[in-house]
Amino acid sequence: MNAKNSNPSYLEYVSKISPKTNEKRSLFRAFWVGGTICLIGQAIRFALEFFFGLYGDILSGTTSIILVGIGSFLNGLGVYDRIGKYAGGGSIVPITGFANSVVSPAMDFKTEGFIYGLAAKMFFIAGPIIVFGVIGSVAVGLIYYVVGLFF
Amino acid sequence: MSTTLFFKNKPAIIATSTICGPKESQGNLAEYIETKILDDTFGEKTYEKAECKMLSFTIEKAIENAKLSLDEIDCLISGDLLNQIISSSFSARRLDVPYLGVYNACSTMSEALLLSAAMIDGGYMKNVACATGSHFSTAERQYRYPLELGSVRPPQAQWTVTGAGCAVVSSKGGFLPRITTATVGKVTDFGVTDANNMGAAMAPAAFRTLVNHFEDTGRSPEYYDLILTGDLGALGSRLLKKLCDDKGINVNKNHVDCGEMIYNIDEEEYQGGSGAGCSAVVLNSYVYKRMLERKFNKVLFIATGALLSTLSTQQGESIPSIAHAVAIENGVNYD
Repeated sequence: MNAKNSNPSYLEYVSKISPKTNEKRSLFRAFWVGGTICLIGQAIRFALEFFFGLYGDILSGTTSIILVGIGSFLNGLGVYDRIGKYAGGGSIVPITGFANSVVSPAMDFKTEGFIYGLAAKMFFIAGPIIVFGVIGSVAVGLIYYVVGLFF
Repeated sequence: MSTTLFFKNKPAIIATSTICGPKESQGNLAEYIETKILDDTFGEKTYEKAECKMLSFTIEKAIENAKLSLDEIDCLISGDLLNQIISSSFSARRLDVPYLGVYNACSTMSEALLLSAAMIDGGYMKNVACATGSHFSTAERQYRYPLELGSVRPPQAQWTVTGAGCAVVSSKGGFLPRITTATVGKVTDFGVTDANNMGAAMAPAAFRTLVNHFEDTGRSPEYYDLILTGDLGALGSRLLKKLCDDKGINVNKNHVDCGEMIYNIDEEEYQGGSGAGCSAVVLNSYVYKRMLERKFNKVLFIATGALLSTLSTQQGESIPSIAHAVAIENGVNYD
């Protein structure tokens, strides 16, 4: 009988010799790729403001829609997943990463049919982001409301 | 208690066949692989269908190489990594032969060889086809994230081999490599929870089976020309050597790992190959051919498997692993 499923000295040795992620490199790549995506977003925003005279919520909404559109398109072409492999978090955090997380399962699971494959699996990565995004914004809204009662 | 089977009639591996995807076909063993496909969908609509087609293709090819017809195959023993081993079962549907589906993750090849040798040695069967395969894209879809997501792989990760291998084991053999003994592994778990670090999870299982094999047979590591582990990868191999060193067993001279051999690691394979197809391809291509040439005469094949599922990982379970050892030898007891 060997009921104990743990060997601390072995685990210690494993973590000692396992290769570590190169943090400096990962951070640098994430920084410049993520930053570039945000710069492009900002450029789109300025362009919409100056040439089309958009402002406020309509301006930010339109900018997001354009970025999501570009992200999805690049994902369909197989370009965005390459950017993702290179940049890691730098491609996930901007809104184009959200587009990628919806489009990639939709493309991958379409072989299992449009309803049970594409549609059902579409949000399997983005689902948690939406859930916690909604909960987070509700929480922040409540705090804002309560703080506003006193000040 | 002994966990080793000693085969009296010593069944022979009379023929093999292998098939590989584009990446493996450019690897270190390219010249030994029988069928190389340039398109990893193999002309099919889905990767799952491609995996199944590769498996049935290589089974048919091995049977052809053995100069047997499908009617002469008493049993197909096969397994793969997909849920409910569909690639194997669907291959068996296509080939219409008696079928035993087996699953021990990436150690399925050695499990199949062990079972076929026992069936033949006992006189119940004459010719048995043993096959396993895997596909990078189906494994990614099932175990990890969608392919198009482009997620970053950690440096301790391995790369699932797109390939399949089949060996035909037979009671009639002549001067061919024979299966002489086999050690059934025990499920071993040292508490590794990182599903990206399969090598670390499986090394203890390989170590335990090695120790049991040497104790049961009275052999030492020097007895073998080659101790061939399944898919521990570079990191797992280092861990296995460390475990052996601590126990006073020296495998440094003759241990190699299929996962380390298959790719000329240049980009994202990191620690090497993995998957049921990894050991099946290496054993049935390079190693078998070298045995026929008498370059290797005594090989101990220990394919290792991580017995986890996506569910067990999400529920916080550590990764139990297994390894079965099969000794394949030249020049023994010819009739």
